[in-house]
Amino acid sequence: MSDKRATREAFGATLVELANEGIDVVVVEADLSKSTTTATFEKAYPTRFFNAGIAEQNMIGTAAGLAVGGKVAFTGSFAVFATGRAYDQVRNTVCYAGLNVKLCPTHSGITVGPDGGSHQMVEDIALMRVLPGMRVLVPADARAAAAAIRVAATTPGPFYVRLGRAAVPVIYDEGFTFELGRAYVLREGTDVTIASCGVMVERALAAAALLAAEGVSAEVLDVATIKPIDVATIVASVTKTGAIVTAEEHSIIGGLGSAVAEVIGENVPAPLRRVGVKDVFGTSGDPEELMVHYGLTATDIASAAREAMAARR
Amino acid sequence: MGQILTSDETRELARQMRCDIISMLAEAGSGHPGGSLSAADIVATLYGVVMKHDPERTDWPERDRFVLSKGHAAPVLYAALAETGYFEREHLGTLRKLGSILQGHPDMKKTPGVEVSTGSLGQGLAISNGLGLALKIDGETAPTVFCLLGDGELQEGEVWEAAMFAPHHGLTNVVAIVDNNGLQIDGACTEVMCLGEIALKFQAFGWVAVQCDGHDIDALAAALGGARKRAEAEGRPVVVVCSTVKGKGVSFMEGLADWHGKTPNAEQTAVALAELGCDGKES
Repeated sequence: MSDKRATREAFGATLVELANEGIDVVVVEADLSKSTTTATFEKAYPTRFFNAGIAEQNMIGTAAGLAVGGKVAFTGSFAVFATGRAYDQVRNTVCYAGLNVKLCPTHSGITVGPDGGSHQMVEDIALMRVLPGMRVLVPADARAAAAAIRVAATTPGPFYVRLGRAAVPVIYDEGFTFELGRAYVLREGTDVTIASCGVMVERALAAAALLAAEGVSAEVLDVATIKPIDVATIVASVTKTGAIVTAEEHSIIGGLGSAVAEVIGENVPAPLRRVGVKDVFGTSGDPEELMVHYGLTATDIASAAREAMAARR
Repeated sequence: MGQILTSDETRELARQMRCDIISMLAEAGSGHPGGSLSAADIVATLYGVVMKHDPERTDWPERDRFVLSKGHAAPVLYAALAETGYFEREHLGTLRKLGSILQGHPDMKKTPGVEVSTGSLGQGLAISNGLGLALKIDGETAPTVFCLLGDGELQEGEVWEAAMFAPHHGLTNVVAIVDNNGLQIDGACTEVMCLGEIALKFQAFGWVAVQCDGHDIDALAAALGGARKRAEAEGRPVVVVCSTVKGKGVSFMEGLADWHGKTPNAEQTAVALAELGCDGKES
């Protein structure tokens, strides 16, 4: 297995790089700077780092004011608090005015592990995706995360970059450039499409390998931008394969699965199966145990692919 | 830069703003007269006397900033902006209508002179703090951020998160103002959710609290105009708690929670405009 790094590890380091390059970056954190890695930025740029304390609404509101004042304002905290606790601030203050606030919370999804369901955010993509003007990025590895944060910093308006706690394999090459709104075809295939994001990308690739052993040719997409979604790439792939599986470390309601369903439903109706957390909360456990418990393994994706193919007329 | 008004001129500005508030709300048929009228003298003093601002240069870096945290009082802000030259008065008649630059609650993307979009209560002070930080980072030492909050709004938790933040981060360039009219939608604040001693609460959070008659132009000019200097001297941010009367200036609206979010009918509008001595140019 190649090098493993958590996507959150890219956060603080990339912020320092951006500030070194002269981008007018500031950071507002809510008492989680060590976990989110924004402490790295605080150390390098102490006068551009502000701790709001355990007050996520205040974190977002302060960042909004910094953005009104011309700054590129990044916020930290965990996904569950940055989106859920501060939803009204994100909606009414950040998105309504289209402010330059970049939410990059860490600890998304069930791979948070032992902290349990209260801290395992599996509704954040849904909450952020519905907000007008919000762009939603779900990087698959630390290199994609660094590149996604860079895109967020240099593109005006609100962004949500979903970062994780658990170490994940490095998929992309060094120097990877994140293209906003592009789904990456990581493996070409003809029988079924597997659209994945975040930590599920490596599992989608593993599922494609399992299917290949049975003679099934699966095409694997990394839908790294959930919004705006890459309609052309998804439609082209499903036009070719006629069946699709989505794989996300998120509720099957409102996230990647729903976004893909909207795209294919309107453009190229085809059998769809959604691999994800099935409308339940998380629970304590080791991250890998939890992925098995909630049906988020390569084996689960391969089974869903067979179902989708069987449903194809 | 905008002209600095005398006390009499500021009183006249406030009276004219009250005429605008009644006229635009009557025309709109919905909106919030009570809390707009209670804040009219405060906002008139800010725009007429205290704030450095220039309607011709809305992006002037050295301007003072005004954040209307109690966004439902948008008519008082629109009246001030129209009367001081940010846009033509004719726009006031389009309040709350499709395509208007004057939304039901302040929208920085649509209205010249509106610094921040507000409307969901409790958020303005945190935004003001962020603005204050941005000014400090940029080395802009002159501007002050004035944030007007309602008293009922202080029931929102985020206000107190922000109240903790400002002294901790040394934000002496942020001045909070409370329009303490004592009423909210469901009735008296003391009955709905008692706020206790507002000044003492802010003091406990590390602020310098100044009490002021919110309808005395000279007292307001002294309190608001001196707030920044006081903050610098004490090394803590200043809050000016203004005692006000909801619906101030219109006899049948004064002191009644019922006029929080109800607009006058034609007959009531005529009475209100006559009481205020409005000359009809606003209709």
